[in-house]
Amino acid sequence: MELQEYFRLVFTDYTLRTITLGTAILGAICGMLGSFAVLRKQSLLGDAISHAALPGIAIAFLITGTKETNVLLLGALISGLIGAFWIRGITRNTHLKSDTALGLILSLFFGFGMLLLTFIQKQPNANQSGLDKFLFGQAATLLARDVWFMAIVTGVCLIILILFWKEFKLLLFDADYTKTLGFNTKFIDILITSFIVLAIVLGLQTVGVVLMSAMLLAPAAAARQWTNSLSVMVILAAIFGALAGVVGTGISASQDNLSTGPVIVLVAAVFVVVSFIFSPSRGLLFRQIRFIQNRKDLQLHKTLAFMYDIAKTHEDKSHPHAIKILNNFHGFTRKSLQKLESKNYIELDGQMWSMTQNGYHFAANLYNQQLSTNND
Amino acid sequence: MTSAQIEIQLIASVVAVACAIPGTFLVLRKMALISDAISHSILPGLVIGFFITHDLSSPLLIILAALSGLVTVILVEFIQKTGLVKEDTAIGLVFPALFSIGIILIAKNANDVHLDVDAVLLGELAFAPFDRLLVDGIDFGPKSLWIIGSILTITVVLLMAFFKELKVSTFDAGLATALGFSPAVLHYGLMSVASVTTVGAFDAVGAILVVALMIAPAATAYLLTNDLKKMLFLSIGFGVLSAISGYWLAHWLDASISGSMTTVLGVLFLLVYLFAPNRGLLSVLYRNKQQRLEVSLLTFLLHLNNHSEVEERHINHLNEHINWQKVRSKSVVDLALKNNMITIDDSIISLTEKGTSFTNKAIDYIITNDDTGIESMKEDFFLFRG
Amino acid sequence: MENKKLAVSVDDLTVAYNYKPVLWDIDLAIPEGVLMAIVGPNGAGKSTLIKSILGIINPIAGSISIYGKPYDEQRKLVAYVPQKGSVDWDFPTTALDVVKMGTYGSLGWIKRPRQKEKKAALEALEKVGMLAFKDRQISQLSGGQQQRIFLARALVQNASIYFMDEPFQGVDATTEIAIINILKELRKSGKTVIVVHHDLQTVPEYFDWVTFLNVKKIATGPVKDIFNDDNLTKTYGINYKVSVQQ
Repeated sequence: MELQEYFRLVFTDYTLRTITLGTAILGAICGMLGSFAVLRKQSLLGDAISHAALPGIAIAFLITGTKETNVLLLGALISGLIGAFWIRGITRNTHLKSDTALGLILSLFFGFGMLLLTFIQKQPNANQSGLDKFLFGQAATLLARDVWFMAIVTGVCLIILILFWKEFKLLLFDADYTKTLGFNTKFIDILITSFIVLAIVLGLQTVGVVLMSAMLLAPAAAARQWTNSLSVMVILAAIFGALAGVVGTGISASQDNLSTGPVIVLVAAVFVVVSFIFSPSRGLLFRQIRFIQNRKDLQLHKTLAFMYDIAKTHEDKSHPHAIKILNNFHGFTRKSLQKLESKNYIELDGQMWSMTQNGYHFAANLYNQQLSTNND
Repeated sequence: MTSAQIEIQLIASVVAVACAIPGTFLVLRKMALISDAISHSILPGLVIGFFITHDLSSPLLIILAALSGLVTVILVEFIQKTGLVKEDTAIGLVFPALFSIGIILIAKNANDVHLDVDAVLLGELAFAPFDRLLVDGIDFGPKSLWIIGSILTITVVLLMAFFKELKVSTFDAGLATALGFSPAVLHYGLMSVASVTTVGAFDAVGAILVVALMIAPAATAYLLTNDLKKMLFLSIGFGVLSAISGYWLAHWLDASISGSMTTVLGVLFLLVYLFAPNRGLLSVLYRNKQQRLEVSLLTFLLHLNNHSEVEERHINHLNEHINWQKVRSKSVVDLALKNNMITIDDSIISLTEKGTSFTNKAIDYIITNDDTGIESMKEDFFLFRG
Repeated sequence: MENKKLAVSVDDLTVAYNYKPVLWDIDLAIPEGVLMAIVGPNGAGKSTLIKSILGIINPIAGSISIYGKPYDEQRKLVAYVPQKGSVDWDFPTTALDVVKMGTYGSLGWIKRPRQKEKKAALEALEKVGMLAFKDRQISQLSGGQQQRIFLARALVQNASIYFMDEPFQGVDATTEIAIINILKELRKSGKTVIVVHHDLQTVPEYFDWVTFLNVKKIATGPVKDIFNDDNLTKTYGINYKVSVQQ
């Protein structure tokens, strides 16, 4: 199936519409909640929780014998939460640091999960194909009621987010201060964390345990570059997430044996790279341009200051001087002279230059500014 | 035991030892998650290397893959330096993206690459003995044993040569710079060893379980000792133990060997986490309870020392004014009495001579931040602990 | 001073981190209407003292009252300026938004700030001379400007008692003067201001009340009575000399 055909079919084919809607909703909720995870410096907690969910899926299957998604996801939720609490316990009760605790839980739980998966695979009356999808995600296995469930969770999450927006923002920015204002910070904290865990678990079927955390981080990290307002960041992250979900699903559905997880993550990564480079205020490209611009300005200002020192000695500030005397000054070029003339700081006349009134004042100001910054 | 079984256990043990050595330093340097990033992001390097060499055990492929591990480290550091996102986010963005590229490359070229997704996650330890190193028709044993064995040898040689430098720079970066060891050289040296080891181990145990083999033995050992040498030996021990018992567990369950190695590591960590003599959860909880009572006792004694007024020393004051619950104040008073620190006379509490000198000494220690002083003082004065 | 009301009273306060006491049996009575500095060496527990008064840290013993009642009931009388370094200044928000946070406490749960709150925030911004920067992203402000924003946020709370943790750390001279003038104004209007302070030289010039702290309380009282070499030596160790101009 070609990509164009996919997008044509989205509007006509029921299954494709369901899948697309599902990944769009998932991307949106992940983007929204991911913004909070990124700002709380809990980026990698999501990674640990999603890996820790794997044994829960396997155990839920071993106990119930069903491949019912909701049952498996409940198992994922429980073991994800156990992992999260154990990480907290390790950092609180031992001298192991949080990076070690995260890495430990992530790899140990995942290893245990893989042991169980391979064990299930060898069982006679069960095939594991249904569980495999949780590793890298298969959007194609999304059913209409899965999508409904996601939509309901997203709706609830949105309502909570709007209701407690003020409190969330306050806690994210300054937790101690929040406490002194009389808010129950533990309650807000648990609210945010449980929604983040919920979003991770919801995404397991589509994106998989291995790459789920990127789904949470990437849209938020991209969105942060375009705005300095939290609300705009959350909305943008939701849009980026939804776009990554739809485009990623489209590409993976139009190719053979390509899991959705890696494709969605790559699409989201492209958003991140573009944002890192091209964002007008924070992006690396404009930062570099500004840097070069500043350096050029500095060069011009140096030339001007040198001229100012010469002009200062004359009664008539606009007294013409030979260009030759600038020659031994480092950093002077014909071009910079022309630039200064175009800014109306100096006038050129053949081999002579003279300072304008405008240029003289500017240079004098420059001099004073430098003095005051040195004093700081 | 068949010879294949012995060879698998041997390979697993060597992999575990090779991982435990750099892992110890990563844990001590608070860079455990870098191993997670490396293990994921060598995948595209591995696949591209395979397109070029068509041989999973070629040294060129190993170098290419290890280079892509190093590139990850540099990329993460670059993103951190731009200040566009927080440090942890930088790690979280880089490795899933690279890992995804690797997975997609494998999926798109499934016919040419003899790597499938299961192998990426779990490795192929069970098949390792079948790929033999043959020179002129003579069998020199499994190829992967030679690869990981050479990596281990290089690691051990480097470890012995630079042990002092690594030790100093791990525990005191400032001193290391002052002594003239470049922290950057050691940092990238360690990262290179970690990358090469990860590539070598990848074949055997897969991407995510490499992380377990690096971090878990070191973290478990760190709960038992603070001594670097002991920690190295302990983590090597835990690694080998998990390799051998993991193999038999997998044999018994008919499941993945690397999965069960990790599970054994998990169980080991859990046991040590709960029962380690000084740092285990149980002894921490016990000590916390004891410390809480003893701090309360110190507070109580200091209060008596500070106040000569009778009403401040009335036994009821403890409940009302210091704001303690009844039970707690009773146990504090009991402990003070047992240790002959106080006397109670008509509900008015007074410090004994011993109590006064104890309190004065304690203040000195706390103001000068001398923690060990307090503990040894407690040994001297207390007949009964909390 | 005897007839003055007590703004804050601390009784037998003990705080421990990991069961190591950092504040030990502190009794402290702060009269209404003083501008007080808390001084002491690093690790003396200065920040810990105000954090435990504000309920951010739980003490293991002792009680605290604000105008004679427990802190929980008197929360609205108290405003707090945390250390500047305690928050992430790259957070996506503007100066005005941060100052508005000062109104959240009186709004309570769920209710949103409206025009009234915005007006109060703008007034506070003007008072600290930051009105021109109201829409600036907070990371684009200098250290001194960030500190002024924090001060404005506390002013919006319109409290009776102000707690400030090292407000002069890393700020320029102009900001330092601007801040101390605002604090003096607060005192003039009958408010109580309690400041964790580092620079001993400026204590007599800025403050009228001082508390010496080093795990234990060393002394507390009017600057002119107790700010002397004897108390400084007791607080900072052997033979601490500071030339005190009175």
